[in-house]
Amino acid sequence: MIRRIAITAVTLATLVSQPAFAVEPDEILADPVLEERARAISKQVRCVVCQNQDIDSSNAGVARDLRLLVRERLVAGDSDQQVMDFLVARYGDYVLFNPPWKPSTYILWVAPIVILGLGGIATAAVLTQNARRYRKSRKQETERGASEERNPENHSLTEPHA
Amino acid sequence: MKRLFALFPITIAGILGAFLLWGLNPDRDPNEIPSVLISQPVPEFDLPPVDGLDTHGLSNTDLVENDGSAPIVVNVFASWCVPCRAEHAVLTRMVRDEGIRLMGINYKDKPQDARKWLDDLGNPYERIGSDLDGRAGIEWGISGVPETFVIDGAGKVVFRFVGPVLGDEAISKMRTALDQARAAGGEAS
Repeated sequence: MIRRIAITAVTLATLVSQPAFAVEPDEILADPVLEERARAISKQVRCVVCQNQDIDSSNAGVARDLRLLVRERLVAGDSDQQVMDFLVARYGDYVLFNPPWKPSTYILWVAPIVILGLGGIATAAVLTQNARRYRKSRKQETERGASEERNPENHSLTEPHA
Repeated sequence: MKRLFALFPITIAGILGAFLLWGLNPDRDPNEIPSVLISQPVPEFDLPPVDGLDTHGLSNTDLVENDGSAPIVVNVFASWCVPCRAEHAVLTRMVRDEGIRLMGINYKDKPQDARKWLDDLGNPYERIGSDLDGRAGIEWGISGVPETFVIDGAGKVVFRFVGPVLGDEAISKMRTALDQARAAGGEAS
């Protein structure tokens, strides 16, 4: 009984607890609308130190600096796009988790569709070929069956031996 | 048509194989962030000197006025950065033997720590800007310290090196960039 309570308590604690935030209290803007925009932008910007994290969740020093910078630009009246452009001008497209559509990224965006298409064509080709072969063999079988019925003496395997 | 279909899997395998081979190249570093600064003019920044140090501060105008005979190297360093300590000797030697002009950006460092560090190891820098809040570092697009940039005579960034300039490979990359900067400087003047 005690054990069950303990397990339940631990499970509940895990479920209820929030992930630790990297955004520190002194960074948060007084204006909730701006703060919301800052959070949204930060989630799309890659941290240049720990490269698979966005700057919103990274504890790296540079990530904090960039979060502050994003908020500063927003307070100064920049649009979301202007803030993004500001960061891209300094760190390149590399900082964007959502790469832009441009000649150097065409392959990146188009490749999955092309590969899916090729796979679809290949699958369709194999399936139609199989279906055709199956129909053909069925036809041959019925023809053979019919001819065997006409000449039962040729049929040695299915007839019991005398 | 049927023969064409037979070539299909081989083509796919070939493309995939080429892609994997490219991925296996030991010289390819997927963590490397391509710098947007290459072939671009140096970013705008203006840093005061390190508090209490005789060396002048650093701004982008200091990097543009250069006849190209001596390429400018900008090194981002900090006293709290251990690899910087190792790199310091290499940079000092380059200043002495290869006629480069070395400029420093002291990144997020306490002035007293920076002064002590330069006292202990020597000061090879012509100018040092103190970047206390790291804002100039962002203008340069750095991801950490140390980082080193080579600037040609026209004030354009020729090369960026992430991490300490240590070992033959790094030094030879630096030398190539320096030659490139010298050549570009010669054309400009």
